[in-house]
Amino acid sequence: MKKQAKFGVGISVIVVSLACLAWLGYGESKTYYHTIAELQSLKGAELSHRMRVGGTVAAGSIRRFTGRVDFVLEGEGKSLPVSYVGSDPLPDTFVDKSQALVEGRPTDGRFVAEVVQAKCASKYEAAPGRTVATSSTATR
Amino acid sequence: MDVFGSFALILAFICAVYAFGGGIAAIVTRHPLLVKSTRQAGIATCCLIFIATFSLEYLFFSDNFSAAYVVAHSNRALATFYKVAALWAGQEGSLLFWSFLLAIYVFSVLIAYRNKNGELMPYVGVILAGVQIFFLTLNNFVASPFKALAVPGANGAMDLVARTDGNGLTPLLQYPEMVIHPPNLYSGYTGFTIPFAFALAALLARYPGEKWIHLTRKWTMIAWCFQTAGILLGAHWAYAVLGWGGYWGWDPVENASLLPWLTGTAFLHSVMMQEKRGMMKVWNVWLVFSTFILCILGTFLTRSGVVSSVHAFAQSSIGSWFVGFLIVIFTVCLAAYLKNRDYLKSENQLDAIVSRESSFLFNNLILLVSCIAVLSGTLFPVLSEAVSGSKINVGAPFFNKVNIPIGLFLLFLTGVGPLLAWRKTSVESLKRNFAWPLIIGLVAGAVIFALGCREIYSLICFSLCFFVTATIVMEFYRGAKVIRVRSSASYLTSAIELTMRNTRRYGGYIVHMGMVLVFIGLAGAAFNQNVQKEMQPGSSMQLGKYKLVLQSFDSKPEANYTGLRLNVEVFVDNKPLMMLYPERRIFETNGETGTMVAIYSTLREDLYVVYAGQSPDTKLPVIHAYLNPLVKWIWFGGVIVVFGTLVALLPNRRAVLVLSGAKQSAPEPLVHGMTPSVTYREGHD
Repeated sequence: MKKQAKFGVGISVIVVSLACLAWLGYGESKTYYHTIAELQSLKGAELSHRMRVGGTVAAGSIRRFTGRVDFVLEGEGKSLPVSYVGSDPLPDTFVDKSQALVEGRPTDGRFVAEVVQAKCASKYEAAPGRTVATSSTATR
Repeated sequence: MDVFGSFALILAFICAVYAFGGGIAAIVTRHPLLVKSTRQAGIATCCLIFIATFSLEYLFFSDNFSAAYVVAHSNRALATFYKVAALWAGQEGSLLFWSFLLAIYVFSVLIAYRNKNGELMPYVGVILAGVQIFFLTLNNFVASPFKALAVPGANGAMDLVARTDGNGLTPLLQYPEMVIHPPNLYSGYTGFTIPFAFALAALLARYPGEKWIHLTRKWTMIAWCFQTAGILLGAHWAYAVLGWGGYWGWDPVENASLLPWLTGTAFLHSVMMQEKRGMMKVWNVWLVFSTFILCILGTFLTRSGVVSSVHAFAQSSIGSWFVGFLIVIFTVCLAAYLKNRDYLKSENQLDAIVSRESSFLFNNLILLVSCIAVLSGTLFPVLSEAVSGSKINVGAPFFNKVNIPIGLFLLFLTGVGPLLAWRKTSVESLKRNFAWPLIIGLVAGAVIFALGCREIYSLICFSLCFFVTATIVMEFYRGAKVIRVRSSASYLTSAIELTMRNTRRYGGYIVHMGMVLVFIGLAGAAFNQNVQKEMQPGSSMQLGKYKLVLQSFDSKPEANYTGLRLNVEVFVDNKPLMMLYPERRIFETNGETGTMVAIYSTLREDLYVVYAGQSPDTKLPVIHAYLNPLVKWIWFGGVIVVFGTLVALLPNRRAVLVLSGAKQSAPEPLVHGMTPSVTYREGHD
């Protein structure tokens, strides 16, 4: 039927054009997530991808310089030296022993990060095996 | 008091189980005693939840630090209104708060309709009880807020501990919006349970379509209003407190709140198709189901840690409970649909592409595409890991690329839709209605282009905003003119009278106007500027027309923090304008820091100044200043949206027929371009 066809065309045009935009946007922003341990086993093209790595900020490792902040990220027994070179101030939650997520690329044994996100260190350390009421900040 | 509270909570659970089981028995046997007692049980469940919540609040107010939850989120020095808000600062308390708000809705529904809709209410009661059972299970057995503080003792037993003071509330949460954003947002999330219950109940009971739509619409509008307010308050909070200069980051938790808003908006529009033309019944039922499912999915994303976010936290096993609940909901909805879908057959077909039906159809289509896009983008790490083994994240460029064109198309439909006729619009009517707004839109676009704007999306956005504003103003003008002819009142009075006679329609136009303002505010983001500089007293920085001079800095101890404050003077054309005080706060109890942004906000732009930190070498303060155009329009637009929704919720004022003298009441203003149709029914509340 003619009007069904018209609707069909209209709907397809919208969906296809949005799908194209989605594909472009995906390409522009896709970021792989790796653990510190995985990082050492990456090779070749994978190393040049933009990626995110999560870990805990080693106590006492934060050093601030002009234009750069160095620290060490620890996770699963491994450690990773990171240099944050972004222009935005580091989040207030970025302190010793906070859980941090860095985004950037590995370069020459270090990790050069453009974005750093940090979460508050848990206020309640639940000893293994115990269920003490744990709280996480700002949980909704 | 904590024993009292947890006892109330377990009683609530028992009442809810009876309301559910007994309710099903009531539907099957239709025994009046069962019907009544299960309704009473439903009301009792709510009251017991209120008691439990107040008990927890009492623990906060009385500084009872033997309760683990109070220790975790409060301390003696905390201001009173933050002690109230500490209730929802953590997992257990926020889940209880969810139950509390849901109980307010359930209580209102059970009381309001206790003598009406007798065929439907037993089903509604059962469904609401079912949802409450889930949350009460979490409240009682999985994440209890009444746990006492204890540490492992000598022989493996737990010893109770009473602390003298607590850990305090996280600094990021010590901001007025902590007191209003979660209640609003949660009221939105829980509010969508009510339309869901009515829709599912109507499907199960095969209740007449028009009636359940009527009931559902009002409750959906209430929930939608809270959800809108909640989202905008969250954005404002992020803007004012975090100091990154933005208000929306496409973070998973932000997206989680947007998803039900998108389907809820789609539903509020497509519902009109069902009312006027008996169409889209299947679609509407699934939209309501999806909205509720997305609410539960949203809280699952936030609490389970399945996707990493600045808001959501550590991995927690509570996620699996939500997954289970989602599976149950979906199964029930699907079963109900498959069993009774013949009851949802459409009465009419789409007649023409240039009609109001088709504009609603496109409205729904793109809202749904946006919803799917945002959902996929948010869940992408989970999906990609399942498919390819590596976790891939998508960021703001993806979401913006897809949603900006969608937003612009929606804006276009907002102007066009209300002026199209049902079924088919004639060319004459098109010319009459759209000539002026189209011209105004194009002229506005040309003027803005001439003023130097070259961003294509912003140009389109501003043109469309003027276009839509023109269509809305025209609607009010035409309607007011008709009323004015008979009553000789001013245009303003006539416009108000017009609105009060058809609150839903003209309230809706006010909401649209509010959204136009929000879009104007969003369009300003394309022109943001910022500059960062290390400053010493006496030095200055320039941003746009503002010159910022650091006069001095000091440190001020307060009740539970020390404030490091910068005194910045702002000059425009070398004339002093005002002082701004960007601040960093260091909190004593946990050593955390918070950023207080100093904002000078005008309709034209926001001057946003952040004390970014200290330079590591020189220890001098670093100031990061932003110039964000048009941001105030977003908040202002949000207020208009909420106001418009409240207007739309009011009952219509009936036109009074006065028989004395020559004065007669004005007839209902004609809707333009309306071709009379057999099934035409103008919406009355």
